[in-house]
Amino acid sequence: MENLAIDPTLSTIKHDDVFAIAMHHRFQWEEAQNTYVILFPEGMVKLHGGAGEVMKRVNGQASVGDVVTELKAAFPDATTIEADVIGMFEMAFGKGWIRKI
Amino acid sequence: MTQTSLGESVVQKEIHAQAKNNGVAANITQTQPLWMLAEVTYRCPLHCAFCYNPTDYDKHTQNELTTEQWIQALRDARKLGAIQLGISGGEPLLRDDIEDIVIEAKKLGYYSNLITSGVGLTEKRIQAFKDGGLDHIQLSMHDITEEINNFITNTKTFELKKKVAAMIKNHGYPMVLNVVIHRYNIGHMKEILEMAEALGADYIELANTQYYGWSLVNRSQLMPLKEQVEEAERITNEYRAKVGGKMKIFFVVPDYFSNRPKKCMNGWGEVFMIVTANGDVLPCHSARVLPNMQFPNVRDSGLEYAWKESPAFNKYRGTEWMKGPCVTCPEKMNDLAGCRCQAFLLTGDAESADPVCSLSPNHHLIEKAIEDSKNPVLASQPIIFRTDKNSKKYVAGDKERVEEFHALP
Ligand code: SF4
Ligand code: SF4
Repeated sequence: MENLAIDPTLSTIKHDDVFAIAMHHRFQWEEAQNTYVILFPEGMVKLHGGAGEVMKRVNGQASVGDVVTELKAAFPDATTIEADVIGMFEMAFGKGWIRKI
Repeated sequence: MTQTSLGESVVQKEIHAQAKNNGVAANITQTQPLWMLAEVTYRCPLHCAFCYNPTDYDKHTQNELTTEQWIQALRDARKLGAIQLGISGGEPLLRDDIEDIVIEAKKLGYYSNLITSGVGLTEKRIQAFKDGGLDHIQLSMHDITEEINNFITNTKTFELKKKVAAMIKNHGYPMVLNVVIHRYNIGHMKEILEMAEALGADYIELANTQYYGWSLVNRSQLMPLKEQVEEAERITNEYRAKVGGKMKIFFVVPDYFSNRPKKCMNGWGEVFMIVTANGDVLPCHSARVLPNMQFPNVRDSGLEYAWKESPAFNKYRGTEWMKGPCVTCPEKMNDLAGCRCQAFLLTGDAESADPVCSLSPNHHLIEKAIEDSKNPVLASQPIIFRTDKNSKKYVAGDKERVEEFHALP
């Protein structure tokens, strides 16, 4: 399991960055697998739990900060949301699943 | 069928993020196919020496599934959970109903991929694929030099491939190239990568030949030297560092030169389901070489039966069936004892450890194959190209060149 909780101040992802799903990638809910997936040439990734929650808000309009705010509201009990969201953006960007607008 | 990535570069990772407190997802055992590979025809205008279609493919060219049967198979596989669809062959474009298959795939929500040599791709057809919702096209390229390309495919197709590559790009498709690597092009790694970059490739897969079907017949002639493979990998790594994220490069390491086998197909009956031209349902491309196995066929029973119930799909699931040294091996979950077909083809025993493994009592067979590939007499034997005529010979039982690999040690 990858630990995505990193210190947000060290991240290259900024709160006002806006991302969209990368070209030639598709993000969708898969009923049979009960999970969100990202599909692209040669592969796919299943996104469990929170990862899917983050990715479904990546729409070319919401900023990273918006996603953090929304998820904080949706999951008030979670304590490391900000770091987790930034971590997810960082990974998704690093892997080329999302592109910066 | 070019040797696509399907078993190797599948990114099938489970990403566990913890954006919410309860985000620790259970790691569900895969009980659904994710990948459906439709080998819609074994017919092909090319004659690649490394083709891993079965050597007796000629048996299966007269009884292909109909369009309706394919569409039904697509629906059934989707219901079982398949998301990625590969439309492959042979050369799939030899069928004129790929357009219908593409439209249905889109409707069902597949991420669809046409795997082609490019022969038969026209402006009109690619436009129809685009309109129908095909997600991407994977083009096989063989080498940068016309001589090698034409020699290894036994046809004159190099110029055509360049044109097709441009067509794919112009239609807004990602450019996915697959290059099968063997002795005759491994020395041109840098040039191949430069060509791919010049064509605007988004992905390139350098697939070292794996030895099944026709490539096993031609193994001594195709296998590169270990030093060549290492050099090729070094050049690839250098190039990858240079181009960065702009072009993704996959280098599929040839398993003969590693000391552990690959987890073949991501595990037998775990993720992949292949429906062949005549309707057989297989857990891997070459499974039909295995003895005493009855594979389900979509004409007789549905895909659900094939995946869940059929003895063939259940036979090598998990670890129960293993023998020594695998059964007690601490690494067995890493590779699930490797490839059943390779184990059988090389040792005669489908349940034994893949001989690629250095712990296998049959590992010397791999060492011998590597030695043989250095033997100038064997290496200069004429290549047996994949042709209908040669295939008919295999069907008729003229197997002398294949038998030697079946022999028990
Ligand atoms: S002959 Fe070549 S192009 Fe045709 S199916 Fe075999 S590998 Fe693919
Ligand atoms: S002995 Fe068998 S299980 Fe162990 S590493 Fe080798 S092939 Fe895999």
